[in-house]
Amino acid sequence: MISQIFILSSKGDHLIYKDFRGEASKDSINVFYEMVTALSGDQTPVVMSHKDLHFIHVRQGGLYWVASTKTNPSPFTIIEFLNRLAALTKDYCGSLSEKSVRMNFALIYELLDEMVDFGYIQTTSTDILKNFIQTEAVSSKPFSLFDLSNVGLFGAETQQSKVAPSVAASRPIMSSRGEQSGKNEIFVDVIERLSVVIGSKGVLMKSDIQGEIRIKCFLPTSSEMRIGLNEELSIGKSQQKGYSSAVRVDECRFHQAVKLDEFDTFRILKVCPSQGEQTVMQYQLCDELPCAPPFQLFPSVQKDYVNRVLIFLKLRCDLPPKSTALNVSITVPVPKGSVSMSQELSSPDQTAELQPKNKALLWEIPRFPGGAQLSALFKVDVPGLSSASLLEVGPVSMSFELAKQTCSGLQIRFLRLAPTQTGLSQRWVRYVTHSDSYTIRI
Amino acid sequence: MPYFGSEETVKELKRALSNPNVQADRLRYKNYITKVIRYMTQGLDVSALFMDMVKASAKVDIVQKKLVYLYMCTYASDKPDLALLAINTFRKDCADPNPMVRGLALRNMCNFRMPGMTEYIEQPIVAGLRDKASYVRRVAVLGCAKMHSLQPNTEIDGIIVNELYALLRDPDPVVVVNCLRALEEILKDEGGVVINKPIAHHLLNRMKDLDSWAQSEVLTFLLRYHPRSDDELFDVLSLLHAFLQSAHAHVAVATLRLFLHLASAHPAVQADALLCTSAPLLATCGAASRELRFTGLCHVQQVMRSQPGLFGTHYKCFFCGYSEPTYIKFRKMEILVELVNDENVALVLEELRSYCTDVSPELAQAAIAAIGRIARTYSEKCLDILTGLLALKQDHITSAVIQTFRDLVWFCPQSTAAVCQTVEACVDSPQDSEGKQTLLWLLGEHGEQISSAPYVMEGYIDGLKTELSSAVKMELLTTAVKTFLCRPAETQDMLGRLLHYCIEEESDVCVRDRALLYYRLLQRGVEETRKVVTGPKSDPSMSVLTGRQEEPISQWASTFNTLGLLSGRDLCLQTAVISAADQPSNSTGKELLPDVTLSSPNDTEEEISLSLGPPLSHETFEKMWLDLEILHRQTLGSPRPRTAPDTLQAALQLVKIQTLAFTPGDTVLWKAYIYTRSTGTLILAELLQGDPQAPGSDESLVVSVKQQPVNQHAIRGFASILKSVLQTLNVDSS
Repeated sequence: MISQIFILSSKGDHLIYKDFRGEASKDSINVFYEMVTALSGDQTPVVMSHKDLHFIHVRQGGLYWVASTKTNPSPFTIIEFLNRLAALTKDYCGSLSEKSVRMNFALIYELLDEMVDFGYIQTTSTDILKNFIQTEAVSSKPFSLFDLSNVGLFGAETQQSKVAPSVAASRPIMSSRGEQSGKNEIFVDVIERLSVVIGSKGVLMKSDIQGEIRIKCFLPTSSEMRIGLNEELSIGKSQQKGYSSAVRVDECRFHQAVKLDEFDTFRILKVCPSQGEQTVMQYQLCDELPCAPPFQLFPSVQKDYVNRVLIFLKLRCDLPPKSTALNVSITVPVPKGSVSMSQELSSPDQTAELQPKNKALLWEIPRFPGGAQLSALFKVDVPGLSSASLLEVGPVSMSFELAKQTCSGLQIRFLRLAPTQTGLSQRWVRYVTHSDSYTIRI
Repeated sequence: MPYFGSEETVKELKRALSNPNVQADRLRYKNYITKVIRYMTQGLDVSALFMDMVKASAKVDIVQKKLVYLYMCTYASDKPDLALLAINTFRKDCADPNPMVRGLALRNMCNFRMPGMTEYIEQPIVAGLRDKASYVRRVAVLGCAKMHSLQPNTEIDGIIVNELYALLRDPDPVVVVNCLRALEEILKDEGGVVINKPIAHHLLNRMKDLDSWAQSEVLTFLLRYHPRSDDELFDVLSLLHAFLQSAHAHVAVATLRLFLHLASAHPAVQADALLCTSAPLLATCGAASRELRFTGLCHVQQVMRSQPGLFGTHYKCFFCGYSEPTYIKFRKMEILVELVNDENVALVLEELRSYCTDVSPELAQAAIAAIGRIARTYSEKCLDILTGLLALKQDHITSAVIQTFRDLVWFCPQSTAAVCQTVEACVDSPQDSEGKQTLLWLLGEHGEQISSAPYVMEGYIDGLKTELSSAVKMELLTTAVKTFLCRPAETQDMLGRLLHYCIEEESDVCVRDRALLYYRLLQRGVEETRKVVTGPKSDPSMSVLTGRQEEPISQWASTFNTLGLLSGRDLCLQTAVISAADQPSNSTGKELLPDVTLSSPNDTEEEISLSLGPPLSHETFEKMWLDLEILHRQTLGSPRPRTAPDTLQAALQLVKIQTLAFTPGDTVLWKAYIYTRSTGTLILAELLQGDPQAPGSDESLVVSVKQQPVNQHAIRGFASILKSVLQTLNVDSS
């Protein structure tokens, strides 16, 4: 059972504090903050103890979400609960940040009051909670310029039609009573996280996809929705791999509310989405990507003059020509003691900088169209360079975002709401692939 | 947190709240109340406003009510007399036609933590238990637990307990689970809620209606239930089988725990359950939330203690992502080391090799140590990599590699020749004191195989004046003496210089004493010195040859899915202490006397198994020894075996008992401290001979046992094992 729950900003300000059982003193917040900031890199922060009080915390949206307990509960339960609390806060407040939590603290207290009683989790379902939550969310109305610049996140070219701007889904679910009542929207996102290791000779050593189908629903009443996936989707390793067109996942798990009676034959998921965000399906795919990994790197590292390393990187994007990778950043470790760097990049929107503290150089490309090839030359000055120092260059790691693209090939064929649904409702399907970890060895 | 001008703020708020104009304007009034709560959260003491807030609670606006209730619950214990004023409002709300208002009032009224509250809340709670709205019943059920916690020492109200047991059949799932929770708290002194067959089966049938939180909680309660027959057991397990693959990791893991517990007599079922849960567990290891990922990794590690092969094919899941925090990377490396086999060794090593040049020196060193662990099985490949790393000429890497070499030579003597060759070729020496000591140890221990040993040592002796660490100096002394023993001609001169410097000029007393010791020893003759200085060159326990044993599942099942697992063993011990203290049912009086009748027939049939587990430091042992009570004292009936201490230690280690310390052989009052682990408990023991307090046992050994947590069965098993070992040794030596 949970003794206290509190939310702290990254600077240690108390944003939310609720004591459920009165067994621990209020001072424990400060104790926690001191402990968590005093941790060194290799110590595990997830569970910490002070006397007989244990703190379990997660970090979301730059905040500390902390539960304290005097018993020995299941860590999975507490951590998943804290994550759920953060997700609900995001649903109700629109976004997750110190500002939104500060502005909506009354709402969050109200949520917590219904979710936990005497330290026991009562409910976390939006369907039930929405009957009890009375406070209206305050959302930071004027979108900042930063938000607007991200408009193209889920589809850069076609801003007018068909594509919902990325910020469209980050609004409070409850404001439907207010001025935005006309917007009966539902977003279905297919989100994949890709982790890849490519060996030194361009051999694919590891490729792994963690994917999920997430629904964000702003419909006031829930009715059954049918989500059709690719008909040729096959599940499990054992099945025939002769037909190359088949979309395959190793393993998948569904939300318990999903009805699967049409899944086996037609690959249709039936679900009554409740308001807010929920994950209806999670799937994994290991080792056998249906397509080539999105990026290939052709590096060459040479010693130039006495104290200079030449790093020449040729990067090819193997996506289909229509799609684009966004916010691509490439980190290349450089020898210890590198002092300065000069670079030759192929276009002005790219940037590169040397980060001596991290022993790395960072090359950033805001947009990288499929099929293109970019190259860059870096000259790094390293006083006291030895031939062994060249071994310190690598492995290269990349992070990026692929809009409108799933690496597994999983697609949503259709999205049908039950005919009983009154009023016009808008349905959006969005695909995005994030790089969880993309490493290329040199 | 003290705030500047806090008194001013409170005064201002008070003025505003009592202003009739503000009170008339709902919005403004609410805004002020919100402000009060905001200050409260920030840590400002706003308890002075209690009266005004009580007034505010009488308003109809439900949002405002909620805020005021939150305020009152926080300060009720500081202002009990004022809080009583609010009770009337609460009691009125408890009769409101709106179930939400009823529930809200009841819940908050029960949250007042002040003495004397019971008489006001009892009646509303009892009424609440029979309310037709499930929302109110949920609140009322937990209200019973709150009421009990207000007066923990009063007699248990039988009527309420019966009512709660009856409510286990409530149609609302949350009420059912709340009943379990409330009963558990109320009946804590009697061992918690009783799960008998009808209740267990009722809960099992309701599992589908519960939400995931309730499911995992019910699964934990079901740990208490023991099915009568195998048929029933398999019925239960088949009902639960679907939950092993729940989309919620906490349900899947809780189910697994229950499976491991219930099927402890059926290893095949356990293995099957582990196999089923391996997919959800692996998925958590790749979850988006880092904390969940870490938790998953810890549990995977635990499962691997019994089933090392379970995740073998998925070793790639444990490759580190570059953006992951260090604590996750450390776990992943530990797992990777365990998963190495003939097929994947090349890939795993290549992966680990790429971490060795990481920015974080701790991570790089851990990666090198991991390669060192793999080297115990695949020495050739690993030595190539380690040698290659030396070429990088980075201080922290060189130091870590040398330390890895030391461990390798110690655990895996067959690799000595190769290591010596590499050390010979390694030109630059480590700069940190740990690395220096290690290098010196290698030179001293295997000086005859490293031709350059005397010259490297000479470098150190020449730089002695600038050396700061006394540990390095002492190691240097030992090394010099050892090298002298095998290569006297080359080292005699420098040893003389070293001893001279250390005895005449060194200011550190320890170093000086060590030098004097060696000096006098050498005076006694070379053979004498050799006897003292040289020890075993490799790990005598031969743990490498036997390999890592697969532990039985019961060894760790009790800590599976608990916090202890995540924060290492320190917490584990601590929680054990707390839980032991929390449960007065383990009445110490009973446990102190070894009572034979306590043990059920089941217990004696079971074979007791001891295990070594992670080593205990002297400090931890001492602390625990002082903290704990002696649970068992017994005369072993045999004298101390007249064997060498090493033999005794080795013999005890054979039966998985670790020796911590013992007094030298010829003391009158001979003592030894030993410890071991058995099915989730840690046993500490003291062996004593010639105890003046126990007359008549001059010859025989007396063993005193302390244990945590208490398990009489394990103590008896431990004592009998110890006894038989000592007897065997005595027979051998005589």
